[in-house]
Amino acid sequence: MGSITLQNVAKHFGEHVVIPSLDLVINDGEFVVFVGPSGCGKSTLLRLIAGLEDVSGGQIIINGRDATDLPPAKRGLSMVFQSYALYPHMSVRSNIGFPLKMAGEDKAVIDKKVTDAASVLNLTDYLDRKPRQLSGGQRQRVAIGRAIVRQPDAFLFDEPLSNLDAALRVNMRLEISELHQKLKTTMVYVTHDQVEAMTMADKIVVLNKGRVEQVGSPLELYHHPDNMFVAGFIGSPRMNFATGDKAAAYNARTIGVRPEHLTLSTTDGAWRGTVGVAEHLGSDTFLHITVDGVGLVTARAGGDVPLRHGDTVFLTPEEGRVHRFNETGASIR
Amino acid sequence: MAQTVSKERKIIVTVIAWSIGIALFFPIFWTILTSFKTEAEAIASPPSLFFFDWTTENYAEVQSRSNYFGHFMNSVVISLGSTLLGLLIAIPAAWAMAFSPTPRTKDVLMWMLSTKMLPPVGVLVPMYLIFRSVGLLDTRIGLVLVLTLINLPIIVWMLYTYFKEIPGEILEASRMDGASLMKEIIYVLTPMAVPGIASTLLLNIILAWNEAFWTLNLTASKAAPLTAFIASYSSPEGLFYAKLSAASTMAIAPILILGWFSQKQLVRGLTFGAVK
Amino acid sequence: MATLHTRAAARLMMAPSVLLLLAWMIIPLSLTIYFSFLRYNLLMPGMEEWAGFTNYSFFLTDPAFFQALFNTLAIVVGVLCITVFGGIALALLLDQPMYGQGIVRILVIAPFLIMPTVAALVWKNMFMNPVNGLFAWVAKAVGLQPYDFLSNSPLLSIIVIVAWQWLPFATLILLTALQSLDEDQKEAAQMDGASAWSRFIYITLPHLSRAITVVILIQTIFLLSVFAEILVTTNGGPGTQSTNITYLVYAQALLQFDVGGASAGGIVAVILANIVAFFLIRMIGKNLEA
Repeated sequence: MGSITLQNVAKHFGEHVVIPSLDLVINDGEFVVFVGPSGCGKSTLLRLIAGLEDVSGGQIIINGRDATDLPPAKRGLSMVFQSYALYPHMSVRSNIGFPLKMAGEDKAVIDKKVTDAASVLNLTDYLDRKPRQLSGGQRQRVAIGRAIVRQPDAFLFDEPLSNLDAALRVNMRLEISELHQKLKTTMVYVTHDQVEAMTMADKIVVLNKGRVEQVGSPLELYHHPDNMFVAGFIGSPRMNFATGDKAAAYNARTIGVRPEHLTLSTTDGAWRGTVGVAEHLGSDTFLHITVDGVGLVTARAGGDVPLRHGDTVFLTPEEGRVHRFNETGASIR
Repeated sequence: MAQTVSKERKIIVTVIAWSIGIALFFPIFWTILTSFKTEAEAIASPPSLFFFDWTTENYAEVQSRSNYFGHFMNSVVISLGSTLLGLLIAIPAAWAMAFSPTPRTKDVLMWMLSTKMLPPVGVLVPMYLIFRSVGLLDTRIGLVLVLTLINLPIIVWMLYTYFKEIPGEILEASRMDGASLMKEIIYVLTPMAVPGIASTLLLNIILAWNEAFWTLNLTASKAAPLTAFIASYSSPEGLFYAKLSAASTMAIAPILILGWFSQKQLVRGLTFGAVK
Repeated sequence: MATLHTRAAARLMMAPSVLLLLAWMIIPLSLTIYFSFLRYNLLMPGMEEWAGFTNYSFFLTDPAFFQALFNTLAIVVGVLCITVFGGIALALLLDQPMYGQGIVRILVIAPFLIMPTVAALVWKNMFMNPVNGLFAWVAKAVGLQPYDFLSNSPLLSIIVIVAWQWLPFATLILLTALQSLDEDQKEAAQMDGASAWSRFIYITLPHLSRAITVVILIQTIFLLSVFAEILVTTNGGPGTQSTNITYLVYAQALLQFDVGGASAGGIVAVILANIVAFFLIRMIGKNLEA
């Protein structure tokens, strides 16, 4: 069991309002990702759930029980921190066993559970090392081990991969996803990286300035963003936006087209532009094209596109792939 | 070093630096040397550098004539006692300031620093009278209390700067792991802060050992630490150079050794963490 | 990271330190203020009476006060000059590559670790003594008349002794600051064609400014209250030539038992220290924020 419900949750630091008022339901067993730009309140929200900060208003209900005023230890949650927050003076064994020791478990029980967790996480050979003797990925696994031994109702992850290098990040992403498949425990995961959000989440919560912009599955957000913020935030490279005549042609204040939904031609098309930088990735080519009346537009093309700097090209948005927005930035459906 | 320094230059620098170092250290060296001379040799003209009859009789004599050991123990009890008491009071305060700061924390710290600026003579008279009336004059307890108060701001500041370097996330992790406040401090904070606490301890022992205003004014004989004991050599006994030197050597030796081991921490502690 | 739980606990844990220091500041200080308005001499118990500002007017018009005020400032300024300039020079020297740097550091730092009474007595007897002191022997060896430092130039002698104790402190702090100077910065300046002198003026010195501020602040606190060195060397004499305010108040209180007069003197010392502290705190406060 691990459902978390937030009702009218608000957080102010003095005059500064971080979260005005927020409602959210996280179901048991779900992998929920909070994503948003830095300063959007996603980490604060996680810390409110954890109990590391007091709410300024509203209620936090965990497993149907009001946990608003419970101290962190009593909420049945585990957390993995951005810096891993391992205890530097303890061995890996003691680090993983620490929550059990605090819970007053038997020494034999602790040993058994630590050994089990270590074998799941491939840490068996490192149990007697200190955190500083481990690599970044191993530290990360110790932090996860420390979180799982307690068998919590839910896991909280605060940007756990941001200190790892790119290759390791992809690996750990998979490991955490697999862990979720295996344990089927609720996970709440905070990141600023929309790729992590898209690849891991059952449900993404897009946050901006302390407000929920949209909640939905990764593909829902990709295909049907509620507004310009979500449209621009989800997807990489970013969606292209155009206003003025080009938008008016679609009966909207603003239109948005993803780079992968632009058809390229050297002879004719809806928009005419000049190629600036071409980024050849091998599999794809990202072209940065200056389009008259729109500005800089990114388009995705195949790996072997022969276009070069200064060439003239024509772009056509794919039929049915154009997102339309009104003057408040909301989607027109 | 970007450039390789020429050998000549390095030798010149070495000679100058060593000369200055030796010159600054010379009074101490001379004191230690004199403590092994006889009184006659100590004032001999020309002074003898190494070629004299080495003797340790001065040390024996200082002890037998003046209960040196008693004063030494007073110094130990007073400096250690005031430091430990100070740590006991300061650790929780520094924890609070470092990990639960409020907008006023900086002001409180500055205010604590400003109490160090209160000149001791400003409160000499009432302290003397209070101590006299409650019978704390010339007692170890009295000095422990005063020196604790005097050095408390430094202890709090030092611990604060060390605690600040411990990532708050680790303490939060322990809270998530179910540790109570007491357990958090005992199992997580204190072991991580051991180096900082140790250097704070060391620096404050040095400061308390050498404190020479209150120890001189609030003691007479019974509780007099080495500062006051040495001061009694100011006249006319001080003219017995060999014995003065022996007493001085014993008074400074422990602190010289402690101090040499803790140069780095000394800088940090004495500058309230402003220079590391 | 603050919840109501931790905030409440934090207040509770700060309370002992804050209350103790508050008591330490307020109780004795208010007693001093109270005594300073009394005619109160320990030799004449039971004769206490209200004296208004008499103690202050006596203390402030006493020629010894002006001498002491001057001496106090002379000690502070004199020692600061020697230690700051000497400290910068020594720190620059010790920052150069050399053989046995660690040992030289140990030799240089040693005087700071010596208790003031020992330092003062060693200098007084074994070096400055006009008959048996080492300086007297050196003077005689080169055919000069031995000079009685403590009788003829008591204040200067005390400044030298105190400066000897504090020079290591300044050096150590400035050296530490110097070692944290980014090597790249110096190299960049070198690439830009800056001479050694302009590198010192435009790069090293600004980098040291914070450390210099700290040295001045800390030393001033201690130098305003120099006491043991005076007590064991000159007893403030000859006359009042080497009496500073601290020593003057001590003499008034514990040698003449004039509680009222000494208290007035103590308050004057506090006010003086506050004037100095006012400027220093502003200076250092800004520097410590960073």
